[in-house]
Amino acid sequence: MKKYFGRKIVIYLLTFFLAVTIDWMIPRFMPGDPIRNMLTRVSVSSNPSAIQMMYDYYAHLFGLDLPTWQQYLNFWQALFKGDLGISTYLFPTPVKQVLLRAVPYDLLLLIPAILLAWYTGNKFGAFAARSKWLDNTISPVSYVLTATPYMWLGILLAWLFGIVLGIFPIAGAYAFSLRPAFSLKFILSALHHWFLPFISIFMVGFGGWSIGMRNMIIYELESDYSHYLTTLGAPKKLIRRYAFNNAVLPQITGLALQLGVVVAGALVTEVVFSYPGIGYLLLAAIQNQDYFLIQGCFLFIIIGVLLANFTLDVIYVLVDPRTRRGMTGETA
Amino acid sequence: MKRALTVLSILAVFSLLLTACGTTPTAAPATTEAPATTQAPAKTEAPATTEAPSTPAPTEAPATPTEYPRNETIYVSGAAWGPASTWNPFQPGSLANTTGSIGFVYEFLFNYDPLTGKFIPWLAESGKWTDATTYEIVLRKGLTWSDGKPLTADDVKFTFELGQKYSALWFAPLWTNTGLKSVEAVDDTHLKFTLQDPLYQEWDNYLFNLPIVPKHLWEGRTEEEVTVGANEKPVGSGAYMYLTNAEDRNVWVRNDNWWGISVFGKPAPKYIVDIRTSSNNVALGMVIKGELDLSNNFLPGIATLADKGYVKTFYAKAPYMLSANTAVLFLNTTKKPMDDAAFRKALAFAIDVPSIVNVAYANLVKAASPSGLLPTLSKYEDQAVLAKLGYTFDTAKAKQILADAGYKDVNGDGFVEAPDGSKIELEVTCPSGWTDWMAAIDIIATSAQAAGINIKSAYPDYGAWNTALQGGTFDMTLNNWAQMSNTPWTLYNLLFRHPIQEQMQSGNFGRYANQEMFDLVDALAKVPTDDEAGMKAACSKIQELMLTDMPMIPLWYNGLWAQFSESSWTNWPSENNAVSLPTTWSGYWQMGGLQTLINLKPVTP
Repeated sequence: MKKYFGRKIVIYLLTFFLAVTIDWMIPRFMPGDPIRNMLTRVSVSSNPSAIQMMYDYYAHLFGLDLPTWQQYLNFWQALFKGDLGISTYLFPTPVKQVLLRAVPYDLLLLIPAILLAWYTGNKFGAFAARSKWLDNTISPVSYVLTATPYMWLGILLAWLFGIVLGIFPIAGAYAFSLRPAFSLKFILSALHHWFLPFISIFMVGFGGWSIGMRNMIIYELESDYSHYLTTLGAPKKLIRRYAFNNAVLPQITGLALQLGVVVAGALVTEVVFSYPGIGYLLLAAIQNQDYFLIQGCFLFIIIGVLLANFTLDVIYVLVDPRTRRGMTGETA
Repeated sequence: MKRALTVLSILAVFSLLLTACGTTPTAAPATTEAPATTQAPAKTEAPATTEAPSTPAPTEAPATPTEYPRNETIYVSGAAWGPASTWNPFQPGSLANTTGSIGFVYEFLFNYDPLTGKFIPWLAESGKWTDATTYEIVLRKGLTWSDGKPLTADDVKFTFELGQKYSALWFAPLWTNTGLKSVEAVDDTHLKFTLQDPLYQEWDNYLFNLPIVPKHLWEGRTEEEVTVGANEKPVGSGAYMYLTNAEDRNVWVRNDNWWGISVFGKPAPKYIVDIRTSSNNVALGMVIKGELDLSNNFLPGIATLADKGYVKTFYAKAPYMLSANTAVLFLNTTKKPMDDAAFRKALAFAIDVPSIVNVAYANLVKAASPSGLLPTLSKYEDQAVLAKLGYTFDTAKAKQILADAGYKDVNGDGFVEAPDGSKIELEVTCPSGWTDWMAAIDIIATSAQAAGINIKSAYPDYGAWNTALQGGTFDMTLNNWAQMSNTPWTLYNLLFRHPIQEQMQSGNFGRYANQEMFDLVDALAKVPTDDEAGMKAACSKIQELMLTDMPMIPLWYNGLWAQFSESSWTNWPSENNAVSLPTTWSGYWQMGGLQTLINLKPVTP
């Protein structure tokens, strides 16, 4: 057990180091220059020498006038101090603050949507696999849901419920006439604005999970061990439980991976419903070559994915006896 | 069966949630309106009146309201594209992601009305050149900062001198380039500026673009705080004060103690909620629903909606919008065959501008005059020169010019080759995602092909486009960086920026090197702004050389995109009420944007 996790942790640390290095490198390979893009947005009538002075000043401010290897070392040094740098796109806001302000919106939106979709999707898929009637009615709907381009579904929802029926707002995290306060009205308004983005993510997720589960259950019910159990005369309920336990394994992996990238936000949702979050900012950061914001976002994605994988390793030991056996077999 | 029940119960919970949320909107307005009228005024007015004479408290006072009553609030969008990041008035342009720090909070010596071409004394009561190198300003009496302290000549002197101290400030060239030598505060309201060899045109531009900051709050700041500090909770002298901001909005509250109320009138909306929409579709939906009073987003197809009466625009018919800036096709004159004036001239005739206006923009823009000058500056156009040297879309004429200059199709592929026989393959670019420009350059490419010039369109991403633009590696590309202004010099400064450097960061991207032209532009810069005849003469020479040499091609005027709803506010500016500009863009508050707010009338008072 100790050896198993020891080895895993070394691998994770190595992966972290490599991933963060790549994270640092990739934005710098992009054509263009963040400071120049930033100064373009200043776009004031200045004479060329003034712009050069501004350029030098800002380049120095961001440490981009140093040799590349020095920048790389500084990056790690700052990282260990918890300093993610300053965003050029949202200058002069520190990246940490950008993330802290935007990511909560994503977490509150994505985590409930993903978890609920996973839970209900799996339950429903398993259920549909055993009912001809449901399988013939709801499963096609699931197929349509998961195959629908999300952008289109989102726009359709916003148009139908926001504009035609007018029962949901189409923009913002809470009414534009409100200031955040700990009042019932504010909370209701926030929920009201939250619902459409939430349900859109939930619907697509639900479709995907339920189809996956349905197919897995059918596969498991047709497998040798199920037939063997049937011939032994085991109760149907028991066989289904075995099938479910086996079928849920890949679903757990999928869930963990989805949760791992939650910090990346939900770009399309944020665009369609004009909902705040990090996805939109990350896109803007990439378009503006905001090295620091890109790095910061991806750092959390890396950490998220690694944590998710690690949690998976632990969970698999608990839920999959084969992993446990493999481990003891190894140590023995 | 048990599982079936759980699934059903979950579904039931969801449908409940859905209906619950469905019913809230009907319930919510009822609850919002009631306390809105009772609560907000009571809470805000009270401290404002009591605390006015006391210390910095008045800025704190408006922090209390938790909601903004509809009849006191204007909702706008189109200026912010990300969460607000800075309130530093010296961080201009779209960098701040907020509009209003400059113009609401911090004010200028003058405002400028592009529609009449007149300067409006603002903080200054008057300003004039007493001799060729001395400019004197008299400030209004009784100017105050929002913290109650008086605004005096010392604050103005302090602000101007910041540019002398810190070269990283955008207005530092005021000292190094425009010719400012010293600022003297004669007394509390009188200032004397001494200049050497002044660039009058540029000087006037600074008068309504340099925001004045309070000395008592800024003098203790470090260089970094002044130049790049975020300046949270800004204190200025203007009509509105900072209230709050969030990821998707910036909120401003009226300064009821504003010195200007007695001079210009009280701006009608008490609150301004500036909304960041993530896409133009959202802004469109919000205007139609009446949730947005003024949208300054570019919304394709607005013409149809305006015709059907869903939204209002400045002009009831095409072009619907005022013109804000000129879209110019920059040609890289360091590359063949763009180094040949005949080729450039042929291209000017080959481009199908009418289709760009009708198809790419669905009539939301106007074709540009060959001079490139905005309609608000059309008095500086020399009609005789335009009649002689101007261009219009004419494929046959383009072919003729090409043939006369020796361009002919040698290899029979349908496209001309250069006189030396080399193949011509060019690319016209604009940033990816700028859909109107993408459609426009497609038309440029196809119409040029029809004239036998092999041009293809390409859309690199913004960063790559910007690098190519400033580094001079493009063939031809669109640019529109000269906004509405008091002087034609602003446009010419973009078109003929000099000297030519390795990186051209703010103009003359095609690296058109012609000393004669540079001298003409410099001569214009030195013409006093009250010498209209002198300005016209200087502009006429520039136009003649520009249209003879055709180093770049002005194509159309981008609009001052504005669509508004009359459901909550009326008395918007329009062609019949052309008193100000319906815009919230940064840099336009002092060009009539604020006047629009002052003139508005609530539908339900």
